[in-house]
Amino acid sequence: MTAIFDLRADAETLGQSLPPLLAEAESLTSTIILGEHGRRRAGQGDEFWQYRPAHTGDSARMIDWRRSARSDTTFVREREWQATQSVTLWVDTSRAMSFASKGTTKADRARLLALATAVLLLRGGERVGLSGYDMPPRSGKAQLLSLTQALTTLNTDVDYGTPDTTGINDHGRCLFLSDFLGDLTGVEKALAHASDHGAKGVLMQVLDPTEEQFPFNGRTIFESMRGSLSHETLRASDLRARYLDRLAERKDRLQTLTRAVGWHFTTHNTGEAPLPALLCLFHAIEGGR
Amino acid sequence: MWMLGPIGFTAPLLLIGLIALPILWFILRAVPPAPIRRRFPGVVLLLGLTDEKTETDRTPWWLLLLRMTAIATFIIAFAGPVLNPEERKAGTNPLLILFDASWADADDWARRIDRATTLLNEATREGRTVAIIRLTDTPTEIAFQSANAWAGRLAALTPNPWLPTTATTWATKLPKSDFDSFWLSDGLDHPNRSALFDELSKHGTVTVFTSPRPILALHPATFDDGTIQLSASRLPADDPLEVEVIARGPDPSGIDRELARATLSFNLGTARTEVTLSLPPELRNRINRFELAGIRSAGAISLTDDSLKRRKIALIGGRDGREGLLLLSPTHYLRQALEPVADLIEGSLTDTLLANPNVVILADVAKLTQTEQDAILDWLDKGGMLLRFAGPSLATSDISRSTEDPLLPVRLREGGHTVSGAMSWGEPKTLAPFPETSPFHGFPVPEDVTVSTQVLSQPDPDLASRTIAALTDGTPLVTRKTVGQGQVVLFHVTANAEWSTLPLSGLFVQMLERLAISTRPATPDTADLAKQTWIAETLIDAYDQKTDTTTSASIAGETLATALNAGPGPDVRPGLYAGLDHRVALNAVNAKTILTPATWPTGTTIEGLDTAQEKALKGSFLTAGLLMLLLDIIAALAFSGRLPRLARSATILLIFLMLPPQARAQDEADDTAIRASKAVTLAYVITSDTQLDDIAKAGLTGLSERLRERTSVEPKPPVGVNIETDELAFFPFLYWPISTSQPLPSVEAYTRLNDYLRTGGMILFDTRDADLTRTGGTSSEGEHLQKIAAGLDIPALEPLPQDHVLTRSFYLLQDFPGRYSGATLWVEAASPYSKQVEGMPFRNLNDGVTPVVIGSNDWAAAWAINTKGEPMFPVGRGLTGERQREMANRFGINLIMHVLTGNYKSDQVHVPALLERLGQ
Repeated sequence: MTAIFDLRADAETLGQSLPPLLAEAESLTSTIILGEHGRRRAGQGDEFWQYRPAHTGDSARMIDWRRSARSDTTFVREREWQATQSVTLWVDTSRAMSFASKGTTKADRARLLALATAVLLLRGGERVGLSGYDMPPRSGKAQLLSLTQALTTLNTDVDYGTPDTTGINDHGRCLFLSDFLGDLTGVEKALAHASDHGAKGVLMQVLDPTEEQFPFNGRTIFESMRGSLSHETLRASDLRARYLDRLAERKDRLQTLTRAVGWHFTTHNTGEAPLPALLCLFHAIEGGR
Repeated sequence: MWMLGPIGFTAPLLLIGLIALPILWFILRAVPPAPIRRRFPGVVLLLGLTDEKTETDRTPWWLLLLRMTAIATFIIAFAGPVLNPEERKAGTNPLLILFDASWADADDWARRIDRATTLLNEATREGRTVAIIRLTDTPTEIAFQSANAWAGRLAALTPNPWLPTTATTWATKLPKSDFDSFWLSDGLDHPNRSALFDELSKHGTVTVFTSPRPILALHPATFDDGTIQLSASRLPADDPLEVEVIARGPDPSGIDRELARATLSFNLGTARTEVTLSLPPELRNRINRFELAGIRSAGAISLTDDSLKRRKIALIGGRDGREGLLLLSPTHYLRQALEPVADLIEGSLTDTLLANPNVVILADVAKLTQTEQDAILDWLDKGGMLLRFAGPSLATSDISRSTEDPLLPVRLREGGHTVSGAMSWGEPKTLAPFPETSPFHGFPVPEDVTVSTQVLSQPDPDLASRTIAALTDGTPLVTRKTVGQGQVVLFHVTANAEWSTLPLSGLFVQMLERLAISTRPATPDTADLAKQTWIAETLIDAYDQKTDTTTSASIAGETLATALNAGPGPDVRPGLYAGLDHRVALNAVNAKTILTPATWPTGTTIEGLDTAQEKALKGSFLTAGLLMLLLDIIAALAFSGRLPRLARSATILLIFLMLPPQARAQDEADDTAIRASKAVTLAYVITSDTQLDDIAKAGLTGLSERLRERTSVEPKPPVGVNIETDELAFFPFLYWPISTSQPLPSVEAYTRLNDYLRTGGMILFDTRDADLTRTGGTSSEGEHLQKIAAGLDIPALEPLPQDHVLTRSFYLLQDFPGRYSGATLWVEAASPYSKQVEGMPFRNLNDGVTPVVIGSNDWAAAWAINTKGEPMFPVGRGLTGERQREMANRFGINLIMHVLTGNYKSDQVHVPALLERLGQ
């Protein structure tokens, strides 16, 4: 349990320095549950939106008598339609994420960023869920606790993970955190599925510094974390340029994919501080200005 | 053994393995370095990439070369390389090792023993039996024994201080069977040497070993024309050479010192050289030996005997009224007889007595004043010899008539006694043969000596015993009596030819000689020596060290006379022999000795000492191979890219190693100086014995602890000083435990130590052997201390007197135990003029701190404490032991107090006087 609290405490600390994250609400129509932020349209809600002249069909109960008394016509007081955004997180829990050249593993960093985002979102009154684990988006502190618990305990015994899109709400938001080193077809499928449902989101690629620099030389056998893949080279330094080319190519491809469905793509290096990454996520989920 | 230049191989077949190296080259080339396994998620991006360069999987050529060299080194190492190998003679015959073992060997005896040890080791390997003989020994049967049996005895062999003379006897003692011989020659030719060599070569091969070191011999000094003639011989006579010759003898306080020094110069090709030394008689008479500086051999030393000593004789004549009549002068004949052999002093009696003459001759002096008489009696008590001659004035005086005069041996009758003459009846009397009790016994009595007039003695009971020469009718002619340690001799005739013809005869001179008035001739003849028994006073060994004389028997004069001519031998060892009234020196080298080089028949194997040393190189090769493999490890690591951090630390390490050690040494010296001069620091001399050093350190630590507890002295932890390199000036006190393994200090160290002693330092020498030497005798540590102290400027010592300031500088002590107790403690002797003042408990000794304290009680062991502060060594038993340890600690405190406060406590005796002067 201490691990849980640690992770939560870290996330809370990270989230404190930001204003509540107000997710952009694009499709007002699909969700009926009121959230805290207005959709800049009249509808159900608590905040005043506008007075309009009453017309036929408005029940007498709807008339604002105080406003109507100041003029000859009757007015109806309209309130702004406030709705909550539901955000679905997916954090890669495959073995590849547990790699760290030194210090924090990619998985730790991904969880931290995910939970920090969740904290911000929940504080803003949004609903946050975790895809694939029977955790539909909910709001409230209780959800934060269960999110935390789920994130710290989950682990899958595969080398590379594929985004899971189960439980994505229509017109909801998505946040995928992974190294995206595995097969990209899974990512493509997930993106297609999500955009079919009108969801928008952010892909964040979390990489280790060694994965970005490839500082190896000499005769080396490289193995994946589970050992399912291996590659032997006699002079690792010769491979550096080509490896970096391939990595750049992959990032390009991810960029293209996300742009095609109107998503955001960003990368994060575990050797850097997590706060800029969180800011980046914040901007991306807000709407990518 | 297979040879390749100067290197031989014990197992040369292994070198074939070198052929395999090229094959190894190809195998090694093909094997790339082992891969590293890395977990790396990015591997998915690497799949399908191929290496561009294929030749990098091969080991680089320099690494290969390194490995090949390493392997080649190992192969060579196991082939057993030996530098300068000695050809082993696979002899199976017994081996006879002959040492000449004379004084000429002594200087490099150790190297001869080394060579013989090598021979023994070889013989052990080859299973040969060995016999070792010294040709200077008395010949005995030769028994071959196993080499191991000789190993222990070999180290104990020492050379003898004489030359081998018994080669022929040895030749007859040789075993009948065949054997090989190894002759360690001293380089000199000896009688019958070649005969023995021929005999040896009949039995087997003979190898000869000679030393290239020159041999120097000092001949006995002779006295001629008031100067001392010194001569020395050398072998071989080649390059010019200068040798210092030192005259040694006791100084006025009895300490053996260098008295004079001269340089003997050998010119090119000369074998013998001389030097003249002119010394004042006082100095000359003190000399007891001459020695060549820096050579430890009995041949380089020459003991002196009475032949160098010239007696001082005060010659005092009576009235000298008849001016110009020289032949009638009472002292003329005496002067003639004595002048060549003694130093004559003339003048008034009181003046001459001040010069402390050996003999005072009063020729016809009758009356002496009371002062003169008292002075002469004092002088006689100390061993003087008063020789009186009668004469007219004595005959007419009235001394010693009724009562015996203290300065005359007998009472005299009134008036002279004229035996013959114009107015008398009798014929002049002649001398009777000397009785056996007389010192003149043995001298032939010349017929022509007649006595016409003499003074007569009164018949007294002891007249007969006092008569040492008489006339034929029994009238005493020479009488003698002892006074104190001295003696008074009266010739009843005049010293001139007035009363008798005795002064004209040769007997007169002989009699004077016998009375030890004059010196005897330089070379005593057989007649002089015969019929006396001679006892060795000093004996020297081949290293010119004094040896124990108590075990040597006295020898007959004839034997000694032979030895003086032919040189010493096992029966008559070189040394100083004392007879009845004088001493004879028998030296290893006499005046006639000529150094002849030994020549060996052509074809004989002659070894020198400087043969190239055999040196096995296997170890060096293996080390080199291992080092190369270590390099290979580093290179391989670097090559496979696993060395970034290692390399960094190694570089740092290398830089540290290469830091100039000089700077550090300088800093260290400064540090030591600062540490030692910040507070009182006790120091001990580092011997080569680690255990001893540890004890000394622990001991001084214990003493420092006690000082801190009980006194206001708060010493820093003790330090060890190396007398060869360290500065001593910072330490008020040095503890020097004597260890036989410690080499003698170098000349520089001696200079430093002497400076230290002169400038107020104190050294406590501890031979730690009181348990062995308490009952008398000396130990090897004691002897070593003597050697060490020989070069030190140590003043005269005396056993610690009861009133020494050490007994009261802090505690009141009367004995000074350490771990042992009871041994004598030696300190600087007090001034002989210090007198104890009436009413004072001790003498007024105010000057100086004793520079050395010498003892053997092993104090450090008694003081020593371990890190827990507990005593390290048991002292005595039970409570008594603890008391002894306490006393040892108190001694230590007293000693340090004495070092630090000098004679402050002694000065306290003046306090009453000072107070009085202050008016209190």
